[in-house]
Amino acid sequence: MGEPMSRAVEESNRAMLRARDAMDRSYAEPLDLPALARVAHVSEAHFIRTFRATFGETPHRYLQRRRVERAMYLLTQTPQDVTEICFAVGFSSLGTFSRTFRRIVGESPTEYRRRRGPTDVPACFTKAWMRPSSFG
Amino acid sequence: MTMNAISRSQIYVLDQDEALDFYVGKLGMEVNTDQDLGFMRWLTVNLPGDPAREILLEKPGPPALDPATAAQVRELLTKGALGGYLFFTTDDAHKTYEDLVAKGVDIYDEPTERPYGIDFGIRDPFGNKIRIGQMHPQG
Repeated sequence: MGEPMSRAVEESNRAMLRARDAMDRSYAEPLDLPALARVAHVSEAHFIRTFRATFGETPHRYLQRRRVERAMYLLTQTPQDVTEICFAVGFSSLGTFSRTFRRIVGESPTEYRRRRGPTDVPACFTKAWMRPSSFG
Repeated sequence: MTMNAISRSQIYVLDQDEALDFYVGKLGMEVNTDQDLGFMRWLTVNLPGDPAREILLEKPGPPALDPATAAQVRELLTKGALGGYLFFTTDDAHKTYEDLVAKGVDIYDEPTERPYGIDFGIRDPFGNKIRIGQMHPQG
């Protein structure tokens, strides 16, 4: 009796993981719940509910954390300005980005950057990023 | 300290034949050992040219694990929470990426320039993570 039930859980888990991977991969694009539900082969309502039961947070919240994680990286490792970073990681408004960043990290993007400064990375990399761009 | 190499590492897989399709058929690894020990199928793979470093593709279950524990392992594996994690290096991350995309492998992280090199992430059919990196020379 336990066997088919646990198979179903495993298949559901793997499908949810496939959808979560799709968010990790395409974090810079708008959140498309119908598309993610299709990746997981379930309805949209079922997707949100099952994703939360599997991973302990909604797909929307997971994607926000993924985007903020990328923003934290760009803030400390590149000289791009905050607005550029906001759009580069998939937010469509600076207000939402700042609010979400502050809620998750506990300080604003600018404060985070100022406090952290560039981390210790190989000089060749820093130079490549800090180099003034004469094109684009 | 007298230990001198990491010779074998282990990850869990749900199905060893499917694991062979993936690790050999798609990733291009080679079967090192495929032997029925009676109590388990000892199945290891290695990268071509590197037979001294094997990965054991182990199916969770008796006698090592009781059925209930094996079910827990499978549940964690399929949600990507078990921690099975392989890191490979390559001379050309973009070329490897294109090759694996063409083979229909699940990608969870596109090739990205990072402080240590260019790398990307893929997922095996069961939930294990694999990172493939074209690393900068150290220092």
